[in-house]
Amino acid sequence: MKLWNHYHTPQTVDEALALLRQYAGQARIVAGGTDLLIEGRAEQHPPHEALVDITSIPELVTIQQDGDWLVIGAGVTHAQIVKSALVQQAAACLVESCGVVGGPQVRNVATLGGNVAHALPAGDGTVSLVALDAQAEVILNGERRWLPIQDLYLGPAKSRLDPSRDLLLRFRLSRATSGQASAFNRVMRPQGVALPVLGCATWVQLNAERTHYVSARICIAPVGPTPSRAVVAEAVLAGQPVSEDTLRSAVAAAQESLHPRTSKYRATHEYRHELIAVLLRRTLTTAVERACTPAAV
Amino acid sequence: MTLLMMTVNGQAQHLDVPESRTLAQFLRLDLGLTGTKIGCEEAECGICTVLVDGTPVNSCIYPAFKAQGRHIQTIEGLADGETLHPLQREFIRHGAVQCGFCTPGLIMTASALLTENPEPGVEDIKHALKDTYCRCTGYTSVIQAIQSAARDQHGAEPLPVNEPEVDEPMDVISRSVSPQQVVEKVTGKALYTDDITFPGMLFARTLRSPLPHARIRSIHTEQAKKVPGVQAVLTHADVPGENLHGLVYRDWPVLCQDVVRYVGDAVAIVAAESEEIAAEALALIEVDYEPLTVVGDPKFAHSPEAPVLHPNHPTGNLLKHIKVRHGDIEQGFAEADVIIEREYHTPTTEHAFLEPECAIGVPAGFPDHEKLTVYVGSQIPYQDRNQIARAMGLEEEQVRVIGTLIGGGFGGKEDIAGQIHVSMLATVTGRPVKMLYTRQESLIFHPKRHATIIRIKTGAKRDGRLTAVEAELYGDGGAYASLSDKVMTRATTHATGPYYVPHAKIDCYAMYTNNVPSGAFRGFGVTQSAFAVEQNMDQIAAALQIDPIELRRINAQKVGVTTATGQLLRESVGLLETIDDVTRDMRSHHPAPQFQWAWREGHKAFAWGIACAYKNTGLGGGAPDKSEAEVEAYEDGSVQVRTAAADMGQGIAHVVAQCAAEELHIPYDRVRVLLCDTDLTPNGGPTTASRQTFMTGNAARLAASALRDALAQSVAEMFDVPPEQIRYEEGLLRYNGSTVSVGEVVQWMKSNGLEARTRHEYWAPPTQPLGSGGDMHFAFSYATQAALVEVDLETGEILVRKVLSSTDIGRAINPLMLQGQIEGGIVMALGNCLTEQFIIEDGVPWTRLLARYKMPSIKHAPEIVSRLVEHRAAEGPYGAKGVGEIPSINTTPAICNAIYNATGVRVYAIPVDQDALLRAMKAQQDAITTAWSDVR
Repeated sequence: MKLWNHYHTPQTVDEALALLRQYAGQARIVAGGTDLLIEGRAEQHPPHEALVDITSIPELVTIQQDGDWLVIGAGVTHAQIVKSALVQQAAACLVESCGVVGGPQVRNVATLGGNVAHALPAGDGTVSLVALDAQAEVILNGERRWLPIQDLYLGPAKSRLDPSRDLLLRFRLSRATSGQASAFNRVMRPQGVALPVLGCATWVQLNAERTHYVSARICIAPVGPTPSRAVVAEAVLAGQPVSEDTLRSAVAAAQESLHPRTSKYRATHEYRHELIAVLLRRTLTTAVERACTPAAV
Repeated sequence: MTLLMMTVNGQAQHLDVPESRTLAQFLRLDLGLTGTKIGCEEAECGICTVLVDGTPVNSCIYPAFKAQGRHIQTIEGLADGETLHPLQREFIRHGAVQCGFCTPGLIMTASALLTENPEPGVEDIKHALKDTYCRCTGYTSVIQAIQSAARDQHGAEPLPVNEPEVDEPMDVISRSVSPQQVVEKVTGKALYTDDITFPGMLFARTLRSPLPHARIRSIHTEQAKKVPGVQAVLTHADVPGENLHGLVYRDWPVLCQDVVRYVGDAVAIVAAESEEIAAEALALIEVDYEPLTVVGDPKFAHSPEAPVLHPNHPTGNLLKHIKVRHGDIEQGFAEADVIIEREYHTPTTEHAFLEPECAIGVPAGFPDHEKLTVYVGSQIPYQDRNQIARAMGLEEEQVRVIGTLIGGGFGGKEDIAGQIHVSMLATVTGRPVKMLYTRQESLIFHPKRHATIIRIKTGAKRDGRLTAVEAELYGDGGAYASLSDKVMTRATTHATGPYYVPHAKIDCYAMYTNNVPSGAFRGFGVTQSAFAVEQNMDQIAAALQIDPIELRRINAQKVGVTTATGQLLRESVGLLETIDDVTRDMRSHHPAPQFQWAWREGHKAFAWGIACAYKNTGLGGGAPDKSEAEVEAYEDGSVQVRTAAADMGQGIAHVVAQCAAEELHIPYDRVRVLLCDTDLTPNGGPTTASRQTFMTGNAARLAASALRDALAQSVAEMFDVPPEQIRYEEGLLRYNGSTVSVGEVVQWMKSNGLEARTRHEYWAPPTQPLGSGGDMHFAFSYATQAALVEVDLETGEILVRKVLSSTDIGRAINPLMLQGQIEGGIVMALGNCLTEQFIIEDGVPWTRLLARYKMPSIKHAPEIVSRLVEHRAAEGPYGAKGVGEIPSINTTPAICNAIYNATGVRVYAIPVDQDALLRAMKAQQDAITTAWSDVR
């Protein structure tokens, strides 16, 4: 079964945009294709008239430091992220989440941009980007701008970006400073589709003495149609001592404030409710440990 | 068409190809590099892995034009001329190649790993190969081979081969020789059906019913026929002969006429110049359906409200009621001090052989094809021929079936798939026609493992002796009979477990429904009943406070015991030894000096669980069971064995070659094997019921021994010596201090008008039908397994860390490859327990993608220790009996018993749902009765 008719590999953003215009809605942006093409197979829809592959555009496939920002091209593969010393330093949770997506063959082609554009509320990369408070540079309605990552999500598998018109260019996140660290963990089930039962990314900023949380950002998903921050739990942590009591309060707050659904052939809401506690405890503990190690910046 | 340039295996390629090509299509169709296999086209199975600039990718969804200007390496480019790459060599040496279909993907993925990490540990290998599936090996040998190749690459000694110990090895028998065609399999040269092409070949597709049950009001094919490039569109009206096929009951339409009975039923077929055109034409066929009441489960099927699906079947939706009556069940329970009665549920499961079904029909009169010929990787070529001939209105002799290499079968390639359809299309168009199923089509089409509901009541005395078993089984046979009758009979007759049970009453209802048909699947019904029997055993042990091993020892079948079907066991019952082996290994693999069944470390609970099994060898039940083989010697001293027994990776080819080499006293590498050509090879019978080693092994052994006698007779005449003075030595015949080679004897025979060729038709010892009280089977294999599981008490996640196994197989003809059967069977059964379920909702499959059907990956592969017990079967070749199925029967209950021991929660439905397990643990409940599919 044919999945596309024409395949283009533009070398610049302008070229990519020109191709999209030329096909007038009949072309789709593609990067690794691991979601898009499998979806095509699953739904048996007619082939895409054209695919515009953005992974030959140099600025979209690089990871670099830009002042206080770490900038990751949308066409950067999961494998690149896992191997990147820059990302490891700035965003351990992103490395962890990108490291568990698919197998090596998928990680070698699947991109972070694709993960975000696919707009699944519990995409592993997504969960970490939200906890890292990342921003995305997009060309939306012809306008180039930076948006908070969460603004790209409209609903499950529904992105604000129109793949026949818009482009996701790059992500940026603050480079970690002293006392900051993050961690990601998830629970899968060995049956059915390879989507997480629940994923959790946690970022913390401890004080100079590493005795208190200055602030925290937590993303637990899926607990709604789009990825969101566990703000109630975050608030419980802010300013509080690093202790078992605080941890317990944060876990309680997360369990109380988040209301995951039962999803067919994936998980019951009761199970997810239990996992909120397990994953938050595990990631928070790891993130604090990392923030306390002398090596942490 | 656009110019595509890349370097493939060091060679620059410049070709004009359609932009729609995937990299796999480009390699296979445009460059003819068919070593790269396509398993799913979903980036799921990983067997299509090639390297792009050294990086492994799934070529099945990788756009060819994404590789513009890059360097591609495929399996064909790995060896250095005739010198195999260390991975290729070590895969062979460690027995990591069975069907060979996934081998190129495994090796390519591993080669990228070794480049990046020259000394990978087990975890590194598991990480790298996580999404490269193998359905045959169970991965243990794959890991061993990769580590060995890594050592070899940096100059260290390769790892020794982990061969099981065997008794009394002979010259060739009980030696781990390499399988046939294994070099072709590791180099990508092995040809499976889809790798074969003919000039002018057309491509075919099947229009399948989207509804589980409907009346067909009309079918219109006019628009489809008008599509340029379409050469034929056929429906039921075009079936030349009988529009029915089926292995036991002929109830399955070649093409549906008035009614469709499951989602996937074939309604029309198209042959066109390309697969795309055929697909386009399919979409233009108009079928008007009137939906009918769907029979979605076997209990509803048995109710008076259910519509009757096969009006000609005398017992309505009840396909078969199977009964075991033994002793006096009331007396049995009256004697019992403890009675355990429980209900178990097992799901429909999918073989997921990595090669989807493919058949090529070549019309009579096509160059080199005198008669209508079908190329197909089938488990039963002679029955294919019979079914094709009936449907085509031909005599069997007018049809030739040529078996190709098979990329895994496991019972799923016994029924007709595209064989008849390509025969029709090739005959109508006068051109060769290939019909390759997509993975998604394969999933919905072919018969599966029966879903069952098993209620079982077990009684025992205080001293542990079983007194009675009463059971009721419902099997979901699906839309057509396939092998339901036989499979559910096996589930029924094995429902006492491998134990002495004086009183038994077992009723099984195999039902027609509108679900996907159920048929043969490794374990053949026994996998299901063992799940119930062996968990009841552990509950009896707990109730009586007897050690579960001891309970099994007390009741174990042994020589002199009569089974519940009335069979007196006279020989070759090695169950007790397998229990002893596993008990010993369990203690030596225990992490502490003092053995305990369960313990905890932090938030992890660990426990051992044990289960036993038995499984018949051969058809049994009074079915005539025979196999025929032919052996011929040639002037160059080589020998060929010919028989139509299918090698789907399990290795019957090397088994018959070993038998011939042993009998003829010639080296194994002088024996070639030709399998499955109905014009050239005699009938080896179906490759099912773990029967081929016993049956065709015997046929080959006896044909070869007759040839040995004929050769000796000729030497006697050539040199005028008494035949009894002639000795065989390494391919030579020695007489009076001189020698003559086999080749020279053959030359002499030919010049004297004699054929150096013998045939033997081997008939199995007779068996009796169920209910007659006689011997239902001529041999049984036995096994015990222990599983060590780890349960995360916070998440319910289950990890099987070790499986210890001991299997009585009579004799290991090829110890290493036999061990591969055991390891593969265990991992397949682990999938049965923990990962696999084919979900159907009111007759509509949810599992329409491989991405929705998880089978065990290398990450799931436990450490496996397997021992062999060799209680010779007197009639078996050199004492051998079957091994194909026995390893995949008791892993599931062993794991479930371990889960209970770890958590106190008993699992009554599989695949085990970690979600339900965690909820049960939190709520302090002792049972889960729902499975993953109940999460909704």
